[in-house]
Amino acid sequence: MKLKELESCLQQVDGFEEPKILLEQYLTSPHIAGCMLYTIHNTFDDIQNKLVADLGCGCGVLSIGAAVLDAGLCVGFDIDEDALDIFKGNVEDFELSNIDMVQCDVCSIGSSFAKKFDTVIMNPPFGTKHNQGKSHLCCCFLKTAISMANTAVYSLHKTSTRDHIQKKANDWKMKMEVIAELRYDLPASYKFHKKKSVDIQVDFIRFTPT
Amino acid sequence: MKLLTHNMLTSHVQGVIKGYPLIIKATEVKVNELEFSAPFVSRMIPKLEWSLISALNCTLIPDYEKDEEFLRKVHRILLEVEVVEGCLQCPESGREFPISKGVPNMLLIEDE
Repeated sequence: MKLKELESCLQQVDGFEEPKILLEQYLTSPHIAGCMLYTIHNTFDDIQNKLVADLGCGCGVLSIGAAVLDAGLCVGFDIDEDALDIFKGNVEDFELSNIDMVQCDVCSIGSSFAKKFDTVIMNPPFGTKHNQGKSHLCCCFLKTAISMANTAVYSLHKTSTRDHIQKKANDWKMKMEVIAELRYDLPASYKFHKKKSVDIQVDFIRFTPT
Repeated sequence: MKLLTHNMLTSHVQGVIKGYPLIIKATEVKVNELEFSAPFVSRMIPKLEWSLISALNCTLIPDYEKDEEFLRKVHRILLEVEVVEGCLQCPESGREFPISKGVPNMLLIEDE
C-alpha cells in the first residue's frame, strides 16, 4: 500500500465529537499517522504479523492504520469510554477484525504485559497547561510502553522535551532514535484557542532495548 | 475482548499479589472471523500462558509450527472468539471488571 493510499484511508476515521481538554483529546492527523505507520511498516517491518499495542488510542487512528497494514492483532488502550465507543464505530465501519481494545489507565498497567507485545505505537498526551499536574504524563506513558514492548516503541514527543526524553531513555536502558521531526498543526478544537491553529514541533522517536 | 488479550490481562487491585488469570464470566460471546496467519499464531504461542488455552480442550503439541490444523484451531480460540458481555473476576480479591460491548473496563476506583 502506498503512503497516499494509507493517508486517504485514514481520512475516513471518525474523530472526537466532544474532545475532553483534560485528557488532551485530538485526532492524530491522517498525514502524521500515515507517515508514522508507513515508516514503522516499510523501514522497520514492525507491524505486519506482529502483536501491536496502541497506548492512549483515543478514536483509534493508529490502531486502524496498523490493522490495515496487517498487524496480527492491534490492541488499543484508553481511559475514556466515549473515545472507545467512537473507536468501536470506526472498527465496524472499516470492517476490521484484527483489533481489540481495553479501557484502563495506561499509567498503572505496565507490569501486566511485560514484553508481550512486539511493537508499541502511541501519540501520548504531552501534558499541557490544563493538566499541569500531569506534565509527567508522556513519561509515564513511555515507561509503560517500554515495559510492554519486546522489539520497539514508536512515539511522538514535543521536540522541546527531547533532552529530557533522552535522559529517561538512558535511565531505562533504551536506545533512542529520532526518526523524523514533524510539525503538528492542532486545529483549534478547544474553545480557548485564540489562533486558528496551534503549531507544535514534534519528534517521531523509535526506542529499542540496548 | 479476544482470548489473546485476556491471556495477558491482570488485576491491579491494591494489595493483590497475583491477580492472574482473570476468571471469565461471559453472558454473550461471538465468533468474529479473522484471516488466518500461520506465522503470527506460531509466534504468539510461546508468549502465552498455555494453561488458559488447555482449559478449552486444546493441548499444546510439540512441533506445532508445522501443524496447520493445530494452528488454525489456536487461531480460532485466540483471535476469533470474543467475549461481548460479561465480566472478568480477579482470582484473589473477587473484584469484578465489567466487559461491555466487547471492551473490558479495568479502571479501579480511588481507594482500590
